[in-house]
Amino acid sequence: MKLITVAGPPSSGKTSVILKLVESMQVNVKEIGVVKFDCLTSFDNLRYEEAGIRVETGFSGKLCPDHFFVSNIESAVEWGIKSGFKILITESAGLCNRCSPYIQGILSVCVIDNLSGVNTPRKIGPMLKMADVVVVTKGDIVSQAEREVFAFNIRQVNTSARIFFVNGINGQGAFLLAKHLQDTREVTSLRDMKLRFTTPAAVCSYCTGEIRIGEEYQMGTMKKMEFK
Amino acid sequence: MSADNLLEMVLTVPLSKITQDYPFCKDFFLNLRILDVDWELPLEQALGKTNEEAITDFGLDKGMILRDFCQFLETFGNNSGKNVDIKSLTITGGHDKSGSGEIAQWTASVGEIISIVGPTGSGKSRLLADIECLADGDTPTGRKILVDGRRLTDNERFEMDGRLVAQLSQNMNFVMDLTVKDFLEMHAGSRFSKDVSGTIDRCFDCANELAGERFSRDTKLTQLSGGQSRALMIADTAYMSSSPIVLIDEIENAGIDRRRAISILARKEKIVFISTHDPLLALSADKRIVIKNGGVSKIIETSTEEKGCLDSIEKLDATLFRLRNSLRQGQEIKMETVKDQEN
Ligand SMILES: Nc1ncnc2c1ncn2[C@@H]1O[C@H](COP(=O)(O)OP(=O)(O)O)[C@@H](O)[C@H]1O
Ligand SMILES: [Mg+2]
Repeated sequence: MKLITVAGPPSSGKTSVILKLVESMQVNVKEIGVVKFDCLTSFDNLRYEEAGIRVETGFSGKLCPDHFFVSNIESAVEWGIKSGFKILITESAGLCNRCSPYIQGILSVCVIDNLSGVNTPRKIGPMLKMADVVVVTKGDIVSQAEREVFAFNIRQVNTSARIFFVNGINGQGAFLLAKHLQDTREVTSLRDMKLRFTTPAAVCSYCTGEIRIGEEYQMGTMKKMEFK
Repeated sequence: MSADNLLEMVLTVPLSKITQDYPFCKDFFLNLRILDVDWELPLEQALGKTNEEAITDFGLDKGMILRDFCQFLETFGNNSGKNVDIKSLTITGGHDKSGSGEIAQWTASVGEIISIVGPTGSGKSRLLADIECLADGDTPTGRKILVDGRRLTDNERFEMDGRLVAQLSQNMNFVMDLTVKDFLEMHAGSRFSKDVSGTIDRCFDCANELAGERFSRDTKLTQLSGGQSRALMIADTAYMSSSPIVLIDEIENAGIDRRRAISILARKEKIVFISTHDPLLALSADKRIVIKNGGVSKIIETSTEEKGCLDSIEKLDATLFRLRNSLRQGQEIKMETVKDQEN
């Protein structure tokens, strides 16, 4: 089974890109599975189901979404293999702009949109920096010049990724992306594979349910701002 | 510079000297929030003194920064050489919507303007899309697009990274919250233009000339009128975009000097494809591709007689423009509004 991990800020067009990608892959939709990792709620499952794609959704709730991803990705792959999928795609939202786990050796796709502001690529961090493929959406809404500046800013942060422009509505560009992704390697298990970078360090008193504000309630890993 | 030489330089030369020789690389440090290091040291030593935390926030360690910095210099240092250079596109025919063959082969060369005409739904946008993705018999039309007479490998197609084609889309508004000047500077910077201020001036003047109603450098992009936005985009595509192919799909064309716009684009060693219903645009082209039922059914070279009609068409156009304006301003239409105003 091939595994593709897709990440990107909320509303950047991940689901639309995945749907258009699946359409362009020219495979039976029954052989494709999607795992959606989200925080609180998600309606994306409806869009996948409508396209005839099997989808499982997991909510991290009060846990760090990235820790949640890592602790479930192995079982997701087992589910995919058991279900007889040829391709398993995971979709996860990068919520703190710092990360969204990518795994070494597993194809990682970051989806960002042109509307998010020219400097956004420079602010996203490892989610963009460590991706193998960057997909830029909503290019139809902005000018060619803005697209070029945006792509340049992506290049600044990630010098080696392939950049694809995909229109999530009419699917333009998805076809080339599908071609690029078709050589993704096969996996049988993720056991002992490694993340490309660490997930956020945590375990402070607030992780474990503290709600009061004040020095005396703060324990564990804390980080203090310096006000000059 | 080779990768080894770059590494050697990064390991031995003080940062202050590198940033002076390669001003663009300041962005690398800005992006990583590396600001208060000792710039008189080479990168590795300078990092030795910086705070570890800022770096690990980005999922990096010092070795990775060293490697990334070399890659950054390599990517952007040779950027001017990375422009895609082509001479021609050859379109090998596929089939129309009923599966019958279309015109077997035709070629478009740099400097040419090609208009695409045909009823709505006939497949004009499809042809543009085939060109955009360099179709290789793998789109619904079965067309193949050859670059300089040659089929590109899939890898070459990916490597274009979208730099082959510039598209002026139907929706022509800016969304960036910047002034015209800041924006042009940013775009020129991203192109590593050698003469930033000269390029900006040319682009700005050209946009004003096309737009008719003037705007200043300090105008916000989002405050430009439709005509001004389009004029600026066309000038920008002509003077700053490096993509050798320009695709224009039924652009909304009110408020700009269309004939000039087209000639400015074509002068810049580009191949311009324009899908249009506008007689002025269609006949300004060198040839026009007629699409019928999804296939290219005819290719017509614009004749001298047709070129000769352009002036009259422009007058008709001006008349219609006056009419529209009068109506908008609540005036009553008189015979002389409709009459050709020779002067
Ligand atoms: N040769 C063809 N074979 C199959 N479908 C085609 C062909 N040419 C065009 N189409 C399809 O016909 C529809 C209308 O074409 P489009 O390019 O949008 O028309 P236009 O831009 O001229 O209005 C699109 O869905 C397009 O993919
Ligand atoms: Mg169309």
